[in-house]
Amino acid sequence: MSDVLTAPRSRRNVELLLLVLALAVAISASYLAGIDREEAFSEFFWTQGLTLTLMSLFLHIVLRVRAKYADPLILPIVVALNGLGLAMIHRLDLSAMQSNPDFAPVASQQVMWTAVAMGAAAALLILLRDHRLLRRFTYISLIVSAVLLLLPLAPAPIGLEINGARIWISVGIGTFQPGEIAKITLAIFFAGYLSTNRDLILLAGKKIGPLQFPRFRDLAPMAAAWLVSIGVLIFQRDLGSSILFFGLFMVMIYVATSRVSWVLIGLAMIGVGIFVALELFSHVALRFDSWLNAFSPDVYDRVPGGSHQVVQGLFGLANGGLAGTGLGAGRPDLVTYANSDMIIAALGEELGLIGVVAVVMLYVLLVSRGIRAALGTKDGFGKLLACGLSFTIALQCFVVIGGITRLIPLTGLTTPFMSAGGSSLLANWLIVALILLISETARRPAPTTPMKDSFPAAVGVNGKPMKKRTTKVATR
Amino acid sequence: MNQAIRRAWVVAISMFALVLGSLTYVQFFQAQELKANPWNSRQLYQDFGRQRGAIIVDGRAIAESVPSNDQFNYQRVYNEPELYAHLSGYYSLSLGSSQLEKAEAEILAGTSSSLFYDRLVTLFSGVDPQGASIELTIDPQIQQLASDLIPDGQRGSIVVMEPSTGNILAMVSKPSYDPNLLSGHDTAVIAENAALLSEQPGLSIYSNPATESLVSPGSVFKLIDAAAALESGEYDAESEIPNPPALEFPGLDYTLPNYVTGNCASRTTADLEFALEQSCNTPFAQIALDLGEEAIAEQAAKFGFGERMTIPTDVVASVFPSDLSADQLAQSAVGQFDTRVTPLQMAMVSAAIANDGQQMKPQLVKSVRAADLELIDEPEPESLRQSVSGDTADQLTEWMVNVVDNGTATGAQVPGVRVAGKTGTAEVSETGDNAWFTGFAPADDPQVALSIVMENVDIPTGQQLTSPSAKRLIEAVLNR
Repeated sequence: MSDVLTAPRSRRNVELLLLVLALAVAISASYLAGIDREEAFSEFFWTQGLTLTLMSLFLHIVLRVRAKYADPLILPIVVALNGLGLAMIHRLDLSAMQSNPDFAPVASQQVMWTAVAMGAAAALLILLRDHRLLRRFTYISLIVSAVLLLLPLAPAPIGLEINGARIWISVGIGTFQPGEIAKITLAIFFAGYLSTNRDLILLAGKKIGPLQFPRFRDLAPMAAAWLVSIGVLIFQRDLGSSILFFGLFMVMIYVATSRVSWVLIGLAMIGVGIFVALELFSHVALRFDSWLNAFSPDVYDRVPGGSHQVVQGLFGLANGGLAGTGLGAGRPDLVTYANSDMIIAALGEELGLIGVVAVVMLYVLLVSRGIRAALGTKDGFGKLLACGLSFTIALQCFVVIGGITRLIPLTGLTTPFMSAGGSSLLANWLIVALILLISETARRPAPTTPMKDSFPAAVGVNGKPMKKRTTKVATR
Repeated sequence: MNQAIRRAWVVAISMFALVLGSLTYVQFFQAQELKANPWNSRQLYQDFGRQRGAIIVDGRAIAESVPSNDQFNYQRVYNEPELYAHLSGYYSLSLGSSQLEKAEAEILAGTSSSLFYDRLVTLFSGVDPQGASIELTIDPQIQQLASDLIPDGQRGSIVVMEPSTGNILAMVSKPSYDPNLLSGHDTAVIAENAALLSEQPGLSIYSNPATESLVSPGSVFKLIDAAAALESGEYDAESEIPNPPALEFPGLDYTLPNYVTGNCASRTTADLEFALEQSCNTPFAQIALDLGEEAIAEQAAKFGFGERMTIPTDVVASVFPSDLSADQLAQSAVGQFDTRVTPLQMAMVSAAIANDGQQMKPQLVKSVRAADLELIDEPEPESLRQSVSGDTADQLTEWMVNVVDNGTATGAQVPGVRVAGKTGTAEVSETGDNAWFTGFAPADDPQVALSIVMENVDIPTGQQLTSPSAKRLIEAVLNR
């Protein structure tokens, strides 16, 4: 196959170089966002620039010490995305403050969350030296996930309902979406469960035609996944997260079993889910209607569930055209939730098709590096976790951008690393830390010095004598 | 397991490919359509958020954009709104724009291709783009006087222009309105104000009556008959034309009479000088019947009938009807039946006669200047056509001077100046007539041509509001 053999090099210097580039992009974007309003060197500019620089250098150093062989592209990509997001949120703050002097800026809070999230990622890298340790917490993760998902449904002082969705909890300083963290714990549970029970699931089952169908009892995790997704949809009224959870389970089950039959069952269950949701929940039906008939006048003006938001987003993208209006020169503030759900529309308007394609390519690279880590690592748990988490990022981008461009119905989901919102940022940085750890095991050269209970020093992996310390190792 | 991971990667990449495709579709292929969508307020916000150029009269802005503290950054303000409303038009969030605000939108907004260099500079300097300003040919004193000469509550228009250049010195119509009422940033208030204005009798905020309302010309149309007669070669100053008290038509009860109380009855035949002087109907009807519909229509076209123009605001085409029966032709030739003119058209007829038969294109814009006052454009006087020969023009001038000296327009006499003119009274309804005056002065070296029309007035009031007003306007222009 296409196994690439490379000498195991840490590539940390490449990372540093790319990091400087990413910071340059992020900081100049923040400068440009303010220049039209003569607020280029504002207090925000300095806090954003300093926070981002210091925290990413800190993470870089942590990687040098703790995960020397981690993928060098991931950190710079994420810093660039996070920085661009901050610049755009700040730019939208300026517009909002202009029309409403009482508006409380979002960007400074987002900078704080960035620092917290990057700090948490660093902490995870330091505390968790090897991702395989997480396998021990398979069932604990399941319980934690259940608690996290149920928390928003708790009574008023804890659970909060905002815009019809019950996905927030109140945590002293502000609100938090525990569902974002549940995404990680559920991924850990599934990776653990599937890597342990994989053989059992694979061997048992009925063969119908060319497809081998699983035993009913092995369908249990699938059913659990379906229940979680539908539960989120029913009780929290959050279509986006429900799609995300289900996608995560689907890809992990497929990777674990390599069975197309699972995918077919999954798709059938999604179909049933969507049908039930359309029949039972008016908000889902309205979403579909707003998607199909976005430009019909009564749908446009309907409250709630009108297509106003998606149509305004399309106008923004169209206004940007090929080259964009330039940061600070468009009117992305005309779109509701421009700094969170619709941030891609804001970027598309001001950076143009060229800019937004560049942003999407960053996601493509990020997801590809994550998948590469999954391919390279030896343990099934790591493979499942890295692949599941990376795929989730891709799916999230698809749901968000597809919704904004009217490829699929619009659902309220954050754009990873860019949208305003602390929980999402924190969760995604933790995902990055996990992927970095997995990539470290994938790229780390095989031990070349004798270890306890290992082969004699003169014999390599394949029983051949070792030549040098830089023995070529498959790093896929 | 790796095979499955690779497949998952392929699925992920396919999803990215799909969104890249849909982004391209929206931002590139669908962009124009989305931009043109009426719900898309971005263009409006963009236009309204820009410092639009001013409309300037004699160094003073009659319309300008001043900084505002709302989301639009700028507010359009009209100074002396009622005096210039029909020229500037309005620039409204919900009603769009009209008149100069519409006709010169690209210049005022700074998006015109003639401003390409300026736009390039702003693109790279990062300065907010500014629109160019338009300076009008209007003389504020004449404009004010013209406005004062139309009593409030009277519907009427006055157009004053320079025959040799076509420059419009004054263009006033009443009733007028305040465009500031329509240019606010609260669409509910705009709608309310527009509704109130629409209830005002005789007022339409959507058109400039001087260029866009068609009214019966009555006897001022006889200038065109006289021109047609001379140009045909079949008539000259000596020609005697039958002047019966009324013209009868075979097989019809209808008769076309001369004006009962005038002096026409004193002669049974008339030369053209007398017929114009006393504004007798039957000789001109006779000429039209004699020369035929074609000849009159052709002469009317040579004066600009039937042609839309932009000056740069819209001017609708004046109408001489076609496919006429004999009685209809007779009536049309004396400016009745379906003959319709704009007030500007009649000023253009006088101006062409004044300018040796050469008709100049009316022009409202004197110059276009960029935000830094650099001159961008200065329209040159433009000849439209030779309406009549020089000889015909001279002859018509003499006859028109006679009208002011001895005929129906004695009220327009200015001491020491030979004034050429023609009055008209068009019967439009039971309650009133359109009273007209058109002419120019001085006859030997014309500096000013004008037309005045007062709609739906009784005859004495009409006379009072036309010729004497012409006198005052001519004096004002000559004493500038």
